[in-house]
Amino acid sequence: MTNAIEASGLTMRFGSTQALAGVDLAAREGTVLGVLGPNGAGKTTAVRILATLLRPDSGTARVAGFDVVRQPAQVRARIGLTGQYASVDEDLTGTQNLLLIGQLLGFSTRESRSRAVELLEWFDLTDSAGRTAKTYSGGMRRRLDLAASLVGRPSVIYLDEPTTGLDPAKREEMWDVVRRVVGEGATVLLTTQYLEEADALADEITVIDSGRVIAHDTPDGLKHHVGGQRLRVRPTDPARVDEVRALLLALTGVGSETSTRGEVTCRVDDDSLLPALVGRLQDDGIAVSELSLHLPSLDEVFLTLTGRGTDTDTTEEAA
Amino acid sequence: MTTTTLPAQRQLPLAAATGPTTTSSPWTQARVLARRSLIKTWRTPEALIDVTLQPVIFLALFTYVFGGAIAGGSQEDYLQFLLPGLLGQTIAMASVALGQNLNADIEKGVFDRFRSLPIARSAPLVGAVMADVVRYVILFVVMIAVGTVMGFDPASWTGVLGSLLLAVGFALCFGWISVYVGMLVRTPGAVQGIMFALIFPLAFGSNVFVSTETMPGWLQAFVHVNPISHLVGAVRGLMMGGPVAGDLVWTLVSMAGLLVVFMPLAVRAYRRRA
Repeated sequence: MTNAIEASGLTMRFGSTQALAGVDLAAREGTVLGVLGPNGAGKTTAVRILATLLRPDSGTARVAGFDVVRQPAQVRARIGLTGQYASVDEDLTGTQNLLLIGQLLGFSTRESRSRAVELLEWFDLTDSAGRTAKTYSGGMRRRLDLAASLVGRPSVIYLDEPTTGLDPAKREEMWDVVRRVVGEGATVLLTTQYLEEADALADEITVIDSGRVIAHDTPDGLKHHVGGQRLRVRPTDPARVDEVRALLLALTGVGSETSTRGEVTCRVDDDSLLPALVGRLQDDGIAVSELSLHLPSLDEVFLTLTGRGTDTDTTEEAA
Repeated sequence: MTTTTLPAQRQLPLAAATGPTTTSSPWTQARVLARRSLIKTWRTPEALIDVTLQPVIFLALFTYVFGGAIAGGSQEDYLQFLLPGLLGQTIAMASVALGQNLNADIEKGVFDRFRSLPIARSAPLVGAVMADVVRYVILFVVMIAVGTVMGFDPASWTGVLGSLLLAVGFALCFGWISVYVGMLVRTPGAVQGIMFALIFPLAFGSNVFVSTETMPGWLQAFVHVNPISHLVGAVRGLMMGGPVAGDLVWTLVSMAGLLVVFMPLAVRAYRRRA
């Protein structure tokens, strides 16, 4: 199977900032590559290079078989770009936004129109098609942006932080949309700050930090590496924190941490732990006001991978 | 480039690994983008103040406040002299908004989309310039209409029509300076600052408001190479009668010069702007 996206040794410097310090990326055809990293890690710079908007200082990249520097026109004919800040034209209606792209791509007026209708319906925007994008909610704008990037039927799609700034409900809605797009057979490069998002959507995840790749793995591999899920328990009576910690130690065999708010957190690799814990809590008559399983946050991932958090001011490695 | 693991049937022709099927000519692309600019203008009519209210204020101000003093009494006589000149000045000023709008557009990310499409690099710029024709025509019509109400009485309406073509054509070429500046600077405000600093000496160091003979020699030298002077000279000749040929030739030459220099500069600056 060939790679639809293949980049090696990409470097890019803006003034005194080394945005990329030798990044390799690869996405097989028809798969989703998640690029995970904090703000300022170089994700957007990498996407802009792969979308032919920037020329790398060094390194090479091929998209759909074409070199992004030497054959930009061929690359542009095969990609769809949705930016971090939804790049729809706010003064145009939903329909006009899509018509514009269709006509620029050389579709006839009729083709552009039917493509617009089709995409608006697909993205559940038909009812708002005649309103200016200015009046759209954040989620609607993202969907229109994504629709606009699909007008030309691209085989490679870049989604640069598609859910940043959306509330959790809208985020899941956007995930469904992304899954459907992937189901249509395109190769997708998705950048995100959330491990949860990369886990939900990507086939493989590349973690970058300060312009360098610090990990590349499948979501399962990565989760295994950073210690699977986190369990959080908060007993209603703070005095019983120690009892909870003892319970957890007995069940998991690993130590736990207690926050100042009386939350006990520990790593969990075994999916059967939660029901077991609930049973023991009930047996001991410990009431809890919070009990949750969640994936490690980006902070926790970075702590595990680099030994430090995502503080982007800590750039000693980038020099 | 074949894919074997994909489902054979797709419910919707959404994303397909088939590559491009159609292409459009740069001319079509520019036209489509010009239409986009016009829709935006239509949605924000207040953006037309600089081609409607502003020139009328200039016309009234110079006719009624300064006119009597400049022309020694007769404001109506001065109006006949002023209006063709003021057209040259205001049409150059109207081009400032072009660079400002493009500068703002680039910050909003819409241009990232255009850059990622398989279209001519210059299409978004050419489209914006083309759409500006409508603004220049509005300006011209408003000036002539209000001027006529105030007592402007051209010698030849055919000449007025010819002036329209010449002035709009000049503005289309002059506008590339504004586009270039718009590509170079960071904010729309800076575009305005730089363009005004350029246009004011050109507008006032010319034959727009007063006859050149009253100026010191060094300034007369400047007025004679100032493209706005030649435009105004030609427009005056066309509207009011009088010699046209010399100024017309120089205007056409300066138009070609502006286009040849600033259009490539603007497109290059646009390409380089990340």
